Amino acid sequence: MSKPETGKTPAVISSTHASFSIERIYPAAPERVYAAWSKPEAKARWFAGPDGWKELVREMDFRVGGKERVRGQHANGITSDFHCTYHNIVPGRRVIYVYDMYVDDVLISISQVTVDIEPHAQGTRQLFTEQAVFLDGFEDNGGRERGSNFLVDQIGAWLAH
Amino acid sequence: MLNYQNNLDRAFQALADPTRRAVVERLCLGPASVSELAQPLAMSLPAVVQHLQVLEASGLIRTEKAGRVRTCRIEPQTMQAVEGWIAQRRRSWEQHFDRLGEYLAEQERHDAPASNPKSSKPRNKR
Repeated sequence: MSKPETGKTPAVISSTHASFSIERIYPAAPERVYAAWSKPEAKARWFAGPDGWKELVREMDFRVGGKERVRGQHANGITSDFHCTYHNIVPGRRVIYVYDMYVDDVLISISQVTVDIEPHAQGTRQLFTEQAVFLDGFEDNGGRERGSNFLVDQIGAWLAH
Repeated sequence: MLNYQNNLDRAFQALADPTRRAVVERLCLGPASVSELAQPLAMSLPAVVQHLQVLEASGLIRTEKAGRVRTCRIEPQTMQAVEGWIAQRRRSWEQHFDRLGEYLAEQERHDAPASNPKSSKPRNKR
């Protein structure tokens, strides 16, 4: 599987680590939630960009050592490219994968993701944990521009609340 | 991630004011002195300085004095942008999981009796 060309050495070399978790309780059986992560046609139903996002490439080989790739283009022209390798699969219970994230063909982060799926009184508890290293580019114009766009977006979302 | 949340809160508070947003917009173009920043603003210099202090405390800008001139610039600190990325990443996953929830709910509606045998449906097929 070919990776996008990064082209040039970044002006700034930095690596910043972060981790976060998102917990969701779904009123559905754990097998259903697991299927949504493990079956390509099911995953394609929810693992996609926001409105206006166009899918360019989608490949998924769900097994340990198998790869997944989802490349798409946002309405504003920015491309995103998700390159993933599955590392651990416990059917019905857990998926661990590592993914590289490219924005406009520049590698912005490498992350390890753990998805824990367990039965819950209301259906299923899904715990998503991402441990990421965010790379470079935060001090270049592109990074800063995205950072400030982000703030503007956040303020917009906050006001719309 | 609590610290990162606090920083974001402070940044949003600082940006809630139109004057401070104007200052940040101006500084996105490049560094400027306090008097350059004050010039287009219809307020006293002390009032401008107060706004700059709020911005500096929020981590959005940095100021430094050389001689008699205090220069302000956007804080290029990596964390600032990283916070943006992390929050954006998180938000993107939240959106995915909302959609996952909708997809699961749709499936449940399709064959609720099969997937949830415990719930006794009031309507019986026969």
